[in-house]
This record gives sequence, structure tokens and C-alpha cells, in this order.
Amino acid sequence: MKFDTILRVGTKLLLPFILVFGLYVQFHGDYGPGGGFQAGVIAAAMVIFYAITFGLDAAKRAMPPILVETLIGLGVLLYTGVGVVSMLKGGEFLNYSVLEHDPVAGQHIGILLVELGVLITVFATMTAIFYSFAGRGR
Amino acid sequence: MVLLTMMAVVTIGVVRLRNLFAVVILGGIYSFLMASVMIMLDAVDVAMTEASVGAGISTVLMLGVLHLTKMEEIKPAHTPLLPLFVAVVTAGGLVYGTIDLPPFGDPSGIIHQNVAPYYLQNSITDTSAPNVVTAVLASYRGFDTLGETVVIFTAGIAVLLLLKGRRPLPASGDGKAKSRTRRRRRRK
Repeated sequence: MKFDTILRVGTKLLLPFILVFGLYVQFHGDYGPGGGFQAGVIAAAMVIFYAITFGLDAAKRAMPPILVETLIGLGVLLYTGVGVVSMLKGGEFLNYSVLEHDPVAGQHIGILLVELGVLITVFATMTAIFYSFAGRGR
Repeated sequence: MVLLTMMAVVTIGVVRLRNLFAVVILGGIYSFLMASVMIMLDAVDVAMTEASVGAGISTVLMLGVLHLTKMEEIKPAHTPLLPLFVAVVTAGGLVYGTIDLPPFGDPSGIIHQNVAPYYLQNSITDTSAPNVVTAVLASYRGFDTLGETVVIFTAGIAVLLLLKGRRPLPASGDGKAKSRTRRRRRRK
């Protein structure tokens, strides 16, 4: 598919919008449907789309596997890190209210960070699974 | 009702067809129909997940698997009677279980008496997140979501361990690795 102009141009046009939609789903998750899980899957779909059109090697150059594998752990680390920080600040594990002086603001930040952790892990896991499937049989 | 009928038709198509490519595409269609049903039930978050995971990523991964295997399903070596029996008994048990459920949308149902009223009344003042689903998932039930994230993390690590070994795996190990991946993905 490397020489199909329509596919190449169409993919390049669509990619940023997919990513923006994923981020919208992520950060608008407090107000509308969506959240870290869905956003992660949409962002991973962007990488997969790119890999299907431009080939796996191009995708691996844009999003190196070693980075993806690091991100898998980083997301969980961010999530548990929020829990540990709230413990250090005198609350229970994952009690976001103590993250800020105002409990509601603390909850807001906690939810945002935790969803970000979910986003990172889901995105990286889906991409890693796709890489390992698509990289076989060559 | 129309959607459920279409889902039944798609399921019969999946069972009858031997061409695996068509089966994978029908599976994606089934997921989209399922997402539509979820929207009808006002579960927009679930519908979004179903559409993106079931119809999107699963289909792509299954196509990736198809790339590694043959296009046509081989004839089963045994009779389908025992699997049919197991499926019918399980379905019968599930249908029997639904008889005891409260009617759909009944506000006096047991699950709506416990913590749900508290969540609905206090989630905005507690967390300032207008979407109750997000407030419940990320804040009230933060431990559960942490568990889910760890499950995804574990699944990713397991797939990497199985498929990304330095040594080439023996050919007989392939099918096992794939079915396990599939099972893990389904659990989400």
C-alpha cells in the first residue's frame, strides 16, 4: 500500500484528528462520555492506522517499541504514585481529597492524573500487542 | 429489538461461514450492533468502549492473526453435539437467572438502593466531575480501576513475554499463545 497516493494523503490528513479526538475523550471524560480507557484505545488506533498504511517499520520509527514498553509500566506507576502521594499527605491510599487544600480541587487533580495513568497504560499495551502480532511471520 | 435480531443474524453468519476473513468482519459488525444497543440503554461510556475495543482493536488484531494463518477454517474433527449441549445448558441457566432480576429501569431495584443514590446526589459536590461514571470509576471506585489497569498491564507483559522472545518459539506453541491473548483481551 506504500504507493497508493489517496491512502497516504488520506491517512496523513486523518491522523491528527484521531489523536485530537482521543485527547478530547480523555480530558472531556469528566464532562461527557469517555475516559482513560477509551482515549488510550483511540490513540493506539492512530498508531495502528499509521502502521497499516505506511508499514510497521515506519510506525516503529515514529513510536519506538522500547518507548512503548516503558510506557506500559509508567502508566501503572503514575496511578499508584497518586495513591502513594495521597498516603504521604496524610490520607488513605488513593484518597485524592488531600492532594490539594480544597478537597474538591484535590479530587479533580486526582481523577485527572489517574485517568492519565490509565490512558498511558492502555495506549502502550494495545500498541505493544499490535507490534508483537504484526512483527511475527516476517 | 431490530438490533437484537440483526445481532442474531450476524451470530448465525459467524457460525455458518468458513471464511475466517468474513467471520472477523462480522465480529466487528456484531460489536458495532452491541455498541448501538448500549446507546439505546443510555450506557454511552460502555458503548464507546465496545465500539473502540470490540470493533476497532480486536478486529485489527484478529486480521493480524489471519495474516499468520490460513483464510479458511478446517472442518471440525468431532461432532458439535457436546459443545451444543454445554452452550444450551449454560444459556438456559443464564435465562433462568434473569427471571429473578428486577424489571429494567425499575428505580426500586436492589442495586439502586445501596450506594447509587449517594453517588448520584453527591458526586458533583464531592469531585466536581459532572459525569457520574467518571466520578465513580476514578474516585469512588479508584481501587477497582487500579485493578483494571494492572490487569491490562499484566496482559501486555504476558503478550510481550509470549510473542517477543529472543529465541524463535516452536511451531506448536503458536496456537496456544494466540488463544491465551484472545482470552485475556476478552476479559476486559
